[in-house]
Amino acid sequence: MDIRKITILGGYDKIGIKEPVEQIDIRPGEMFGVVGPTGSGKSSLISDIEQMAQGDTFSRRRILLDDAVPDYQTRTDPRKKMIAQISQNMSFLADMSVGEFLCLHAKCRGVRDSHVQEVLRLANTLTGEPIKKDYNLTILSGGQSRALMVADVAVISDSPIVLIDEVENAGIRKHEALKALIGNGKIVMVVTHDPVLALMTEKRIVMKNGGMRKIIDTTQDETELLEDLMNIDGLLLQLREKVRKGESFERCGQTQGALMQSLYTKYRSEESA
Amino acid sequence: MKLIVVAGTPGSGKTAVLVHALRILGEAGKNCSVAKVDCLYTDDDKRFSKLGIPVMVGLSKDMCPDHFAIYNLNEMLEWAEENQSDFLILETAGLCHRCAPYSQECLGVCVADATAGPNTPLKLGPFLSTADFVIVTKGDMISQAEREIFREKILEVNPKCAIIEANGLSGQGCAACSEAMMKARDLSNGEDKLRHSAPLAICTLCVGETRIKKEFHRGVLRRIDGFQTYVGE
Repeated sequence: MDIRKITILGGYDKIGIKEPVEQIDIRPGEMFGVVGPTGSGKSSLISDIEQMAQGDTFSRRRILLDDAVPDYQTRTDPRKKMIAQISQNMSFLADMSVGEFLCLHAKCRGVRDSHVQEVLRLANTLTGEPIKKDYNLTILSGGQSRALMVADVAVISDSPIVLIDEVENAGIRKHEALKALIGNGKIVMVVTHDPVLALMTEKRIVMKNGGMRKIIDTTQDETELLEDLMNIDGLLLQLREKVRKGESFERCGQTQGALMQSLYTKYRSEESA
Repeated sequence: MKLIVVAGTPGSGKTAVLVHALRILGEAGKNCSVAKVDCLYTDDDKRFSKLGIPVMVGLSKDMCPDHFAIYNLNEMLEWAEENQSDFLILETAGLCHRCAPYSQECLGVCVADATAGPNTPLKLGPFLSTADFVIVTKGDMISQAEREIFREKILEVNPKCAIIEANGLSGQGCAACSEAMMKARDLSNGEDKLRHSAPLAICTLCVGETRIKKEFHRGVLRRIDGFQTYVGE
């Protein structure tokens, strides 16, 4: 099923004031960020979209697909669902094995069982200790659960609209996770506190007090900043792997030290200027 | 008048969802009465009263709460008539998974807690399998995949039901619940029967009686006003 556009029609914030952003259109291939302090309504916005709210949620927002109200089947039947969602949940509550769970979900979404192996393979590239098919879901760690949810969404729930809520906070490999999720020509929304992920998007919706306050277009300057941020981030991830492997930092290379020093000087001076 | 019977395990969110749905019905100008049946204690009546809705509480004590609700249904309906209500909403205690307190003419609503695990729908028995509507709560606590599996399992047990995902805390989805209630058919005032016979216990309901009128009941029976009696030889 192809869609050309999803529209968010603004509702009201937590204290009942009309949202300053009245309408947002997102088209295939576009990635939007959702930013704001905790409690500002980022996850609620994502959940309004997932449920394809029609003025029936707290925010009273309405979601349109190709300018029309989606029909009941599109809103509810997982086989016809256009939306895949990674929520902030860090654990599974279902008491069953990983394999059993994936087979059931494949059945719900109307895809073949052969996808199950692919989910496991992908999940294991995102997390540290491998996940096995006969493990019980509930014994998986936060990172393993999250990796499995990401892989499940990428492979089994493959949908034209992808909603991602704070993929960075689970300790999984966020760049790889994002790459697996966003694919080509999808509509993507990423809730994030991470400057790297935020600047990877084309626009970001700023949330405050439950309402959509404004939309910021990512500027040329920010795109340039993103390159430097990627370097810093890459370095931090490298160092994180060292910590994870139980190594020490005695042999921290000259180049790494120099990189940190130069970037620190550059942005620190801009901040204080 | 329309009769809405709401069943579901304790803590599944029956009251939370109903409070939102009743507020929406009230805003649409509908007059509702609520009967809440529980076993030993309830303070749900206070939550309904805050909406300005008349509430009748029935505590079944040592009688099966679903039997108690069925036995007292006529009193509840009469009371709702006196209130000139468009709706009587009967919220059951919902305990043993063996009863289905729905009558053939009511709108049978089952509230199912999504965090209870994907096999729960298979355990819920007739109050799920004979429901018209199933309201799935707490879906925000689990992954999208688990939600989808839960939904599939409900349809395995009750392929004809309509499923509404609702959040009792935020009120999300509760508008759809009130919409379903508004579409429910009116009671015919003829003889209404249960959809499913109740399990064995110590009154005539326990041996398969499905007629609701008081004259058909024998055994140890408790009226909603607390009067308990034995009818029979």
